[in-house]
Amino acid sequence: MTMTATNEGTRRPGEPNRVVLRVAGLDVDIRTPSGEIRAVSGTGFVARAGQTLALLGESGCGKSMTAKAIAGLLDPVAHVSGGTVELDGKDLNRMSAKERRKVAGAELGIVFQDALTVLNPVYPVGVQLGEAFRIHRGLSAKAARKEAIALMKRVGIPEPESRVDAFPHQFSGGMRQRILIAMAVALSPKLLIADEPTTALDVTVQAQIMDLLRRLRQEENMAVVLITHDLAVVAEEADDVSVMYAGTVAEQGPVEQVFATPRHPYTKGLLESVPVDAERGSNLSSIPGSPPELKNIPAGCVYQDRCPLARELCRQERPVLREVAPGQQAACHFSELLATDETLEEIKS
Amino acid sequence: MTALLDRSHSGADVALEVHDVTKTFQVARSASGNNRLRALDGINLTVGRGETLGLVGESGCGKSTLARTLMLLEKPDSGTVAFEGQDPFGLKGKELLAWRRRVQMVFQDPFASLNARMTAGEIISEPWATHRSLYKTGREREARLHELLQLVGLRPSDAKKSPQEFSGGQRQRIGIARALALNPELIILDEPVSALDLSVQAQVLNLLNDLQQKLGVSYIFISHDLSVVRHVTDRVAVMYLGRIIETGTTEDVFERPLHPYTAALMSASPKLDAASRPAERIVLQGELPSPLDPPSGCRFRTRCWKAQDVCATQAPPRRTASEAGRVALPVPTLRGAAPAAHAAECHFPLEDPQDAGLRATAAGT
Repeated sequence: MTMTATNEGTRRPGEPNRVVLRVAGLDVDIRTPSGEIRAVSGTGFVARAGQTLALLGESGCGKSMTAKAIAGLLDPVAHVSGGTVELDGKDLNRMSAKERRKVAGAELGIVFQDALTVLNPVYPVGVQLGEAFRIHRGLSAKAARKEAIALMKRVGIPEPESRVDAFPHQFSGGMRQRILIAMAVALSPKLLIADEPTTALDVTVQAQIMDLLRRLRQEENMAVVLITHDLAVVAEEADDVSVMYAGTVAEQGPVEQVFATPRHPYTKGLLESVPVDAERGSNLSSIPGSPPELKNIPAGCVYQDRCPLARELCRQERPVLREVAPGQQAACHFSELLATDETLEEIKS
Repeated sequence: MTALLDRSHSGADVALEVHDVTKTFQVARSASGNNRLRALDGINLTVGRGETLGLVGESGCGKSTLARTLMLLEKPDSGTVAFEGQDPFGLKGKELLAWRRRVQMVFQDPFASLNARMTAGEIISEPWATHRSLYKTGREREARLHELLQLVGLRPSDAKKSPQEFSGGQRQRIGIARALALNPELIILDEPVSALDLSVQAQVLNLLNDLQQKLGVSYIFISHDLSVVRHVTDRVAVMYLGRIIETGTTEDVFERPLHPYTAALMSASPKLDAASRPAERIVLQGELPSPLDPPSGCRFRTRCWKAQDVCATQAPPRRTASEAGRVALPVPTLRGAAPAAHAAECHFPLEDPQDAGLRATAAGT
């Protein structure tokens, strides 16, 4: 029932697990009328070839800002104020605008959430798909159109020959998302950033798009950075996860390990608030309060106001990300308290 | 019109009955020359007192049109809607106002559904400007406003703040307080937590649960998030292209789906827990067909892996689980006492995954 690969020719076997993206100490500041606000603070992670890294977090946690900083697509009011973003060993932050444009598309592709606002409504999709080939590879319009048809076929759009001249509004939501993915992988990038690629889609279509992303990742041996707020999507799709909160990484490590034994109270709180086996009508455990506004991030631990385990130390000193188990890092002073099977409520009492 | 109603289930415990409701919209002509979009095509459902009915389905399946019809914002072409036997579409004046009071709604987007130029207090008390007889004096209204704020977990001092000063979760609490202001008996919750962050979702779901237990109000819970639906609903109705294709208790529908579409929907939804993931995920091909040109016979046949010739020519009959050849299970009685029989519209309903075991046990004894 799932689709099969249609284009074996572009397969790029490479060393699996090679580090493609290394982000370290990334800071992003936003200019506001009342001064600079730090939206992303000291974020760091690696993404490996053929694997998926999930950036998990709620709205305003800085996950999309991080992705845009990596892709060099920050709004004019925001800028990277520190840290490094290395793609295949080259620091993107030190590149000139011209050099970055060469990287965009060719080495780094990005898929956004809302396909309708990303696609240009007045050009046929074939023209938009072919753009990458005309700009980066210098193909003629005719040759680029042919490549566009091959791409459409590859991402599972039926009858590409007749639909290549259709406009974005003539496609359904799922098909538009496929077109966006096709644009992102057109030049076989090493890194694909997918920013909430299925949030606007229905579940049956979401499953199709996730299938497609997984297949392309394998065929191209790409590193995928998947940005999402959905714990279940992370559990199913990602190899590693970075849980973000208020502009910082709260916890990271292999998905199975982090979800089985979370060592940050925020991760644990999120996992406990998902209605998995909870009985109908029973109260779900919930995290009190809501995330802090960026301009009011407290000194000390960013999570202190919502944390059931917060103590004096948490108000004074911001915890740094440290190794709490092999391969797993958490930014919590009291991470050791979480190394049990008890719920947060039980640990607290 | 009310004569058409099937009265067999309408005891005092059934709050809302929808019978054979059809709604067609006139739209621009499609490729095939059709300009009549049948958004609802013979909808039947009941909601019991104090019960939560889940309404699930993909975008474009008619969930919102159904919600709008129940809010009397759309008039059905045919069929009846009755709240405790009273059909609102024949009512006028005071009686109509009284009907409207009893059915209220909470909207999906807590940012768009609250007027930014009003304070929280004004938003919550606005319904009383129309329903004047409910709380007559200013003092009564003031007291009730404070009561409502406390009921939804806000402070009385919050009444003076404007919506922008609240977080998403708090705004949804204001939306809920507004819906409660008229002491409704049924609240339609249209994706009430899908715009909220996960850590805040649980707070709002807990609040809705507490309110139901305190006030005995019925809910229609519209959502695409199946894990949430599973947690908060007693019964579920699954919609596809304007029809309810399967109903039953939440447990029956989730554990033993009859309709292939329901099974695909359950299978496609991502799961946190590896143990509850299907060994092989059903990935449907294609997307929802245009409701302007629904497939002949069974609407789901174009995406169904069990479809045969008969599915294209004949509309599938509605059959209960036992009529569909399953081992008969006792029909559970739920609070609200709405009929909880498990039924679906399909020529080739699925086998119960547990049936083989049950049959073997039955044969052995």
